[in-house]
Amino acid sequence: MIDIIFYVFAALALGGALGVVAGRSPVASLLFMVLCLGSVAGIYVLLEAHFLAAVQLIVYAGAIMVLFLFVIMLLNLGHDYHPDLKAGFWSAVSFAVAGALFGFLGRQLWGTWPMVPEGGDSVAALVAQYGAVGAIARPLYTEWVVPFEITGILLLVAIVGAMALAKRRV
Amino acid sequence: MITPALVLSAFLFVIGAFGVLVRRNAIIIFLCIELMLNAVNLTFVALSRVVGIEGQLFVFFVMTVAAAEAAVGLAIIISIFRHYETVNVDNFNLLKW
Repeated sequence: MIDIIFYVFAALALGGALGVVAGRSPVASLLFMVLCLGSVAGIYVLLEAHFLAAVQLIVYAGAIMVLFLFVIMLLNLGHDYHPDLKAGFWSAVSFAVAGALFGFLGRQLWGTWPMVPEGGDSVAALVAQYGAVGAIARPLYTEWVVPFEITGILLLVAIVGAMALAKRRV
Repeated sequence: MITPALVLSAFLFVIGAFGVLVRRNAIIIFLCIELMLNAVNLTFVALSRVVGIEGQLFVFFVMTVAAAEAAVGLAIIISIFRHYETVNVDNFNLLKW
C-alpha cells in the first residue's frame, strides 16, 4: 500500500518537473512546480520526515512560490507565450549533458545504496520518543545552534539585499 | 523505499539541470534551480533514514538558504527587467566574451 502511494507521488513529482521545463507560460510552469513540491512533501511524509513535509508545504509551496508568482505578475510575464526553448546546437548539448548526468547519478545510486541495510530505526525511534518536531529540534538547538544563528544573519542579509536591489533609487 | 527515492531525486535533478540549460526565460531557469535544490533535499531526507537525523537538519538549512536565494534572485531579476524590459537571458550579454 505504501509502495503504491510512493509511486503515485513519484509520478506526480516527475510530471510536475517535466511540466516546469515544458510549460509554455511562466504561470503554468509555476503551478507545475507547486504540484512537484507538494508531491515531494508527500514523499517526505512516507520517509518519516513529517516536520520537513510541513515546512516544504508552508515555506516552499506557500511562501516562495507566491513570491515567484508576485514577480511574474509584477513584471507582467503571464502571457509570454512565445516558445523560448534554445534550439539547434544548444539543445543537443543540453540533452547530452542531461543524459551524462543521469547516467552518472543512476550508476552511483543504483550500484551502491541497495547494499546499505535499511536501517531507518534511528530516525523512527527518535520521532517516536520526542515527536516529529522534537526529533529535529533537539540537535538543532544543542549541537547545531551556531549554524542556526548564522542562518538568522543570512536571512537578515537577504532581506536587506533584496530591498536594496529591487528599490527604484537608493 | 530509500533506493526509489534516490532514483526519483536523480530524475528530478536531471530534469532541473536540463531546464536550466534549455530554457531562456530567467524566471523558469530560477524555478529549475529550485527544482534541483528540491531534488538534493529529497536525497538528504532519504539518506537520513540510513545515516541519522542530521540529514533532515541539513534540509532545514537548505530550505532557509533557498528562501534567501529566491528573494535576492527575484530582486536581481526585477532590477534587470527595469534595464532591459525583458527576462530573456539571451539579451543579457554584457559579460559575454
